[in-house]
Amino acid sequence: MTEHAHDSHDDHHGLGHVLPVKLLAGVLGALIFLTLLTVLTGTTYLYGFDLAVALLIATTKATLVCVIFMHLKWDKGFHAFAFIGSVLFVGVFLAYTLTDTKQYQDQIRDYAADTAIDSPFAQPLPDPPADHHHAAGEEHAAGEEHAEGDEDNH
Amino acid sequence: MTTASADAHGHHGDHGHDHPEHLAHHFDTLEQQFDSCKLGMWAFLLTEVLFFSGLFVAYATLRANNPEIFSLAASFLDTKWGAINTVVLLVSSFTAAMSVRNAQLGETSKLKRNLLITLVCAGAFMCIKYVEYSHKYHVGLLPPGMEHSMFNPETPYIPHGDHTGEYLELQAHTADMTPAERVHTMTTLGRFFGVYFFLTGLHGVHVLIGMGVIGWVLMRANRGEFGPDNFTAVDLVALYWHLVDLVWIFLFPLLYLIH
Repeated sequence: MTEHAHDSHDDHHGLGHVLPVKLLAGVLGALIFLTLLTVLTGTTYLYGFDLAVALLIATTKATLVCVIFMHLKWDKGFHAFAFIGSVLFVGVFLAYTLTDTKQYQDQIRDYAADTAIDSPFAQPLPDPPADHHHAAGEEHAAGEEHAEGDEDNH
Repeated sequence: MTTASADAHGHHGDHGHDHPEHLAHHFDTLEQQFDSCKLGMWAFLLTEVLFFSGLFVAYATLRANNPEIFSLAASFLDTKWGAINTVVLLVSSFTAAMSVRNAQLGETSKLKRNLLITLVCAGAFMCIKYVEYSHKYHVGLLPPGMEHSMFNPETPYIPHGDHTGEYLELQAHTADMTPAERVHTMTTLGRFFGVYFFLTGLHGVHVLIGMGVIGWVLMRANRGEFGPDNFTAVDLVALYWHLVDLVWIFLFPLLYLIH
């Protein structure tokens, strides 16, 4: 089979499809470009479209990985069908759960407000204990208000 | 080179009948065997998508109901490390795709090199995760169930020494809130870090498993096992690795880049 080794454009080489290096490198370049783009868009104010833009870029990257790196373009259609099917079912899972959880937010907030007084966070967060940089004794006479959780001083 | 070297350790050598080297007895042809393996792998990958989806849905419901708290939480994650890790994983996905090509063409030395680069990138990813995790441990940004978490609803951990930056920021941020608002903010932040650690932790476990199987394929490549009629293992491991990459492609913007 060695003579085939130099034939990178052979579409039906043995069992699978051999991808040309240029295509793979091009996809890598596009993926890195889209990563930089998403960092840029993710750190600027986009008038409430941040999540939509971030998801659009991520979906474009995922599509490139699936179609090229994972050979779906040249693979059996059934594999793409099954994989896209799983993503659609995640969409169903997400949509139903989101609409459902929206129904209960008021009750959850009411319950949380009623029980808030039992939480240590009902009080303003206490100041951190003064720390004398690994001094031997943790029981220093700083006179700070020590809150619960202080027994975990290590 | 592939057919000759496979004889050395394969048990197919003594069959004594006309039978391709890498064909298991329960398959008729190499093509049928390859297609079955691929179908099995794709079936596994779609269960992986569903496996991760539970955590993504937990993330989505929390975020949809508390957008402003998620934006505060994301400010405690380091975008720089997240972006570097994204690029590291993308490069490793590229070398994984290259190694499939190398195996298909019987280029064993290139195959070994690309598998090794993939493995090194996976290791680099985990090292960066370690840096991020250990910082979050020290400052107390942990799931609320943990003793060392500042969101622990029983006895909140209060960081001290050099690790108070995030805590003081939260202290100032919540100072003027009503008790109910503060409790809600701290509780929801705790849940964000719960989702953060479970999502990135489950993903990290996948990276570690991936390192194991890539190492195994690399060992087999060292023995010269792969070639044009036997690259299934490389192909399937690469598919798995691409899925690990896919999950991170969504995790990075969803966790690190929230306004």
